Amino acid sequence: MKTSTALPVACAALAMLTVTGAHAEDGYDAPADWPSPMMEHNTGAVLFDRLEYVVPDKGDEALVWDFEAWYGGDINRVYLKSEGENVQGDGESAEFEALDLRYSRLIADFWELQGGIGYQGNVGSNDHPERFYGVIGLQGTAPYRIETSLDLKVSEDGDAWAQLEAEHDVRLTQRWYLQPRAEVVAAGSEVPEFGVGEGLNSVNASLRLRYEITRRFAPYVGGYWEKRYGDTADLARARGGHVEDTGIVAGIRVLL
Amino acid sequence: MASSKAAAFPLSRRQLLMGGAALGLSTASLGLRPAWANPWGQANPYPKGVETGPEVSLAIRRESLPIDGRAARPISINGTSPGPLIRLKEGQDAVLRVTNLLEEPTSIHWHGLILPAEQDGVPGVSFAGIAPGETFTYRFPVRQSGTYWYHSHSGMQEQLGHAGPLIIDAAEREPFRYDREHVLLLTDWTFEDPASVFRNLKTAEGYYNFQERTIADFLADARADGFADTARMRAMWAQMRMSSRDIADVTGSTYTYLLNGHAPGENWTALFQPGERVRLRVINGSAMSYFDVRIPGLKMTVVAADGQPVQPVPVDEFRIGVAETYDVLVTPEADTAYTLFAEAMDRSGYASGTLAPREGMTAAIPERRRIADRGMEAMGAHGGMDHSSMPGMDHSNMPDMDHSNMSDMDHSSMPGMDHSNMSDMDHSNMAGMDHSSMADMDHSSMAGMDHSNMAGMDHSSMAGMDHASMADMDHSNMAGMDHGEAPPSGEGEGAMLPAGVAQPGSQYDQAGIGIDPDERRVLVYRDLKAFTPWPDRREPGRELELHLTGNMERYMWSFDGKKFSEVTGPIHFRKDERLRLILINDTMMEHPIHLHGMWMELENGAGELIPRKHTLNIKPGERVSALITADAEGSWAFHCHLLYHMDAGMFRVVKVS
Repeated sequence: MKTSTALPVACAALAMLTVTGAHAEDGYDAPADWPSPMMEHNTGAVLFDRLEYVVPDKGDEALVWDFEAWYGGDINRVYLKSEGENVQGDGESAEFEALDLRYSRLIADFWELQGGIGYQGNVGSNDHPERFYGVIGLQGTAPYRIETSLDLKVSEDGDAWAQLEAEHDVRLTQRWYLQPRAEVVAAGSEVPEFGVGEGLNSVNASLRLRYEITRRFAPYVGGYWEKRYGDTADLARARGGHVEDTGIVAGIRVLL
Repeated sequence: MASSKAAAFPLSRRQLLMGGAALGLSTASLGLRPAWANPWGQANPYPKGVETGPEVSLAIRRESLPIDGRAARPISINGTSPGPLIRLKEGQDAVLRVTNLLEEPTSIHWHGLILPAEQDGVPGVSFAGIAPGETFTYRFPVRQSGTYWYHSHSGMQEQLGHAGPLIIDAAEREPFRYDREHVLLLTDWTFEDPASVFRNLKTAEGYYNFQERTIADFLADARADGFADTARMRAMWAQMRMSSRDIADVTGSTYTYLLNGHAPGENWTALFQPGERVRLRVINGSAMSYFDVRIPGLKMTVVAADGQPVQPVPVDEFRIGVAETYDVLVTPEADTAYTLFAEAMDRSGYASGTLAPREGMTAAIPERRRIADRGMEAMGAHGGMDHSSMPGMDHSNMPDMDHSNMSDMDHSSMPGMDHSNMSDMDHSNMAGMDHSSMADMDHSSMAGMDHSNMAGMDHSSMAGMDHASMADMDHSNMAGMDHGEAPPSGEGEGAMLPAGVAQPGSQYDQAGIGIDPDERRVLVYRDLKAFTPWPDRREPGRELELHLTGNMERYMWSFDGKKFSEVTGPIHFRKDERLRLILINDTMMEHPIHLHGMWMELENGAGELIPRKHTLNIKPGERVSALITADAEGSWAFHCHLLYHMDAGMFRVVKVS
């Protein structure tokens, strides 16, 4: 049942993309066998915004990723997005916090509206609970160059939650960047299976210092603070987890 | 040096090419360069290297040729990249056979030539293109003279060196004389695949810009201008999510700037004998780069623009937009070397060579300028400015301000301003200003102000102004001003300006970003005056307005907000009509706008000596107008000549019928 919803959405998204390949009407009487004077081509990119090793003060070390790939034209695009972590030494497989397939449309100069389906769980194992969800997202650059994404997700069981991420690059030199980053998660209902409480779930604030060896490859180091709130904090405590933690990270930002 | 080696062969160039091909040698191994890049210019002892008309055959190949000493695979034309000089004569019937030896379609567009639409060389507009293995024969009568160029109009082949100079010798004597001539073709070469360059621009804004503002710039400005002002200015840019250092999309971080195919280190040399008058035919054949050209120590006299003779203008430097050409005369008297210096507009690099009496000489490379920050004019382009409600401003002691080209400003509700001690202000070209409700202004002690060309101003309801002691003010040429108390709005809509008058919002007095006019005499569009009046003196019958638009974040470029793929049908010109094309740049970048098949007469206020051009540089926020005689029947390309802007959609078809 779960994968059956994914397929039609993906097909619809791809179908909308093909429309962008159309050319101008040849209202200037060009013979049919002439090419269009300007060909627009779809393009795409693969970005590991964060691919990092996390060493917390209290919790377990983990490999964390924040990935997106897109393909399409200027207006319509298809995105594959994923965030997740693989806690080291727990004998379990990687946990996908999100694996989304989205259709995206540019709705303003700096903003795109996205919609699609996603999956939370694991790939190739049964170590973690899993669920499917629908997602609506707003992604773009807010004034003062704040890269922003806001996602609203509703699971197949009707549970709703939201995630806001914001980051900003402070240019120290032409290659050194300081990046403050914040992430806030809130949920509309408690889902103990996923450690989610009602209301504000967690806040994560971090700072990364990045060196762009090239535009496509940039290693970084950084530190973070995070805290869980309310029922979410209680759930974490009950599982022997931590309510508040800090840690350091080291990783790479890769654009392919 | 490569070119001197070529000159040493006692064989014709064509023989060499054929022999080389037979032996399986590429021209690279023979060290050949375009023959027009020969240091002796017109006195070139091996003139066969130049492809002389009326009949010329050109073979287009992709081959391995070194560029700046590195392995590269440019597109060559008859074995050289950039291609050979094509030399035609006015009055000839040119027959140009182009053979495509590439694995993809190609084309050649004869940039700036007035010819039948089907000979213009734009695939999909003038013809089907030239398929691999096919030979296409262009035939057209040559009805003009001057310095032009040719380039591919297919895909991104131009970026691969598929371009070359095209000179047409005049049937009658030109209005200036010279002893020797050299072609200076400026290009930008990248060792990257042009498709990757385009993809980089599409996927990561500022990909090639390594001169962005940093914390250090902020601190330096804060020291110089004060923290509050600096913070306010930076906040404005940040708020707009734009970069004030966005001068060039593709920069010296990937480009090697070439002069006649040679990198600066190769020291290409143009020879002269002291006392000779040398004509330099400067062509900007680059894909994306504007250049500022100068020869330290020599005054240059501009005698032609875009191939068309102009009244001589002595300058120290000129900016050449992509696809423009300028002819300048220089007379080096001393037996010494001079540097031919073409600095990229964003200061990320330069092309250079040497003008010298002998081979092997060099002169100093001038000190490089730093990248400039774009200012208010670019911001203004990004949306109307509202200065209302700014209380208590003190503008005293601001010398040399240039307020030209500020349009649609609302200065209402500015109380208590003190404009004393403002000298040498230039308020030309301020359009649509509303100064109503400005009370208690003190304009005393303003000397040397130039208020020319202010159109559509409304000064009604200004109470209690003191204009005493304003000396040397020039209020000439202020059109459509309303100084009365009666309310007719000074909009000026509907009423067209007479032919040739500069539009409010033009910046013809300014050379542009990064140029300090006090440092040296720099050519501006206002300087351009035709050598003799052009024949069609009709007033325009209508106006056609086009906005230059874009989205830097997504690297989308367009006219009137619509990419080529989004428009249906062409822009229509009625056959033989005289119309005014008004181009308004709503972006923060310069755009060189090129109309195929017809001249654009630049309305720069030169009266009956209106100059004509094939490519017009439109600065950020600028409003430029040109008169067009639509005498060329058929379909024509009209586009921004920045290659990647064109490919991103800044392209239209103009149909004359």
